[in-house]
Amino acid sequence: MNALSRFFRRLEGPQTLGRGPGFWIGFLVVLAGACAYPLFSDGYTVGNTVYFFTWIFMALGLSLIWGYGGALSFGQTAFFGIAGYSYGILTINFGAAYGFTFVALLFAVAIAALFAALLGYFLFFGRISGVFLGIVTLSVTLVLERFMAQTAGPEWKIGAARLNGFNGMSNMPPLTLPWPGGDIVLFPDVQLYYVVLGMLVLVYLGLRILVNSSFGNVLVAIRENPERAEMLGYDIRKYQLGTFVIGAALAGLSGVLYTSWGQYITPSSMGMTAAALPIVWVAVGGRSDLTTTLVGTITVLAVFQALTIHGSQYALVVMGVLLVLTVLLAPRGLIYALARLIARPFSSRASNGQPGDA
Amino acid sequence: MPMLETKGLNKRFGGLHVTNNVDLTLQAGEVHCLIGPNGAGKSTLFRLILGEHLPSSGAILFGGEDITSLKPFQRIRRGMSVKFQVPGIFKALSVRQNLEIAMQHHYDPAVLGEEIDRLLAFLNLTADAGRLAGNLSHGQKQWLEIGMAISLKPRLLLLDEPTAGMSPEETHATGEMVKRLNAQGMTVLAVEHDMAFVRQVAQQVTVLHLGKVFAQGSIDEIVANEEVAAIYLGQTTAHETAHEAGHQQPGGAHA
Repeated sequence: MNALSRFFRRLEGPQTLGRGPGFWIGFLVVLAGACAYPLFSDGYTVGNTVYFFTWIFMALGLSLIWGYGGALSFGQTAFFGIAGYSYGILTINFGAAYGFTFVALLFAVAIAALFAALLGYFLFFGRISGVFLGIVTLSVTLVLERFMAQTAGPEWKIGAARLNGFNGMSNMPPLTLPWPGGDIVLFPDVQLYYVVLGMLVLVYLGLRILVNSSFGNVLVAIRENPERAEMLGYDIRKYQLGTFVIGAALAGLSGVLYTSWGQYITPSSMGMTAAALPIVWVAVGGRSDLTTTLVGTITVLAVFQALTIHGSQYALVVMGVLLVLTVLLAPRGLIYALARLIARPFSSRASNGQPGDA
Repeated sequence: MPMLETKGLNKRFGGLHVTNNVDLTLQAGEVHCLIGPNGAGKSTLFRLILGEHLPSSGAILFGGEDITSLKPFQRIRRGMSVKFQVPGIFKALSVRQNLEIAMQHHYDPAVLGEEIDRLLAFLNLTADAGRLAGNLSHGQKQWLEIGMAISLKPRLLLLDEPTAGMSPEETHATGEMVKRLNAQGMTVLAVEHDMAFVRQVAQQVTVLHLGKVFAQGSIDEIVANEEVAAIYLGQTTAHETAHEAGHQQPGGAHA
């Protein structure tokens, strides 16, 4: 019991909304609902929900880099693409037997993280910050898209994997669980749902521990005042780089899950629109908190898909309007503002005030 | 061995020679004030010592070690600490968290909470621990940052106009605190305009003028130095200069 309460303490802190038994009971209720959900739905819809889930890792990574670390990066999409293509290349060449798809998942995420470490080294040790960080990361993303787009010719292949230009790479195997009595192929269905849900819970809780640790303290200190943070003896470049790499790895995880989900990835997954959308999800939800980012991302994705399905040509325009409204009305995020509103009557700390909407 | 030494320190910004061959020596255990008219190069010298600027030539020794090419955070880890002129605090975080960020790597986790409580009491901020640092009064912000700076337990404390914007009472209290810290063995280098504060705390004073060391000595010697008075306010006497300087504090009681 003691160990359990210690564990819960590490999950809570000044860097995350939601604390105390009330919040965690709510969390367990939502989790139980999420576990029970496939029982009341059909495989197709559940598979579609997995599609939403795949993006959340990237959004949580961006929340960490931007919301907590204060560095606006458009690079998430680049790492998403790198990991997605890496997964495709690895699994098309080496197949899915003996659980190799999960090995490929780890390798693909590691490749994205390595690329982020290299890029991040030049960015942060070169002291690039603010709007320039956004410009450089966006450029890298777009360059990657352009590069992949011109790989249509048959000479662009790695082993058996054709890169295939704008048509995209396809036919990689889905994630496959080795199982006694026959591998379980995780098509977009109930089984994949539980695997991804499990990953999501682990990543969410892991990130809560991270941002509430002394590392997270330094991270928000850098966001608030980098000079002061350095003058407390912190090598802020290392913290920024570490954050950037963790965020990139999460974007890479999204990329792998997306690619294995649809058995398909194209250069447009690294395009301008793809690079802008995570910014919208995270900003609308509330980038400076993991929970609001998670809820916001699911909400915005669901609205976006509903708009697209119901024939609206304007789904992207609506996303843009949503971003503008958020910036004007609730700069810290719509879900974030809502969460504070709900929490106010229950919280004795409400009178202490919250960070200004700057 | 001196605590801090600059040897032939030069800094040029293009054609501007902002720091001109500055030799400055701080003995361990002294409170040393750096004064001079606006544009004398005090802030630049301060930033050179901190490592925010690298000198064009010359060397900086800290406790005998050449730190000229070290990064700011490396200098901090060797035992320097700084309080900026504009309060450098984490505005959107609570007062307690501000101190926690400063102290988390200097104390055992088991005693960190108690140490923070003790420092809060020392800074007279116990009742404000849960408030956002950005919502504190100006004087409280200055104190909070001083608290963060001293929580690192530095050998050398650098203060850039620590009393800027403080009332005379707050200025005096800050001076008393500096003296108390000094009595515990902390060496202090302060850039300061407020002559009342300088008189209260300084054992040694260095006057900078046009980037050069213009005069050096005890506070009495500096106040008696008519050339120093001349660079501040033309013909007025040193005594009046000090008096004027005391009244020119932005945000002070007379402002």
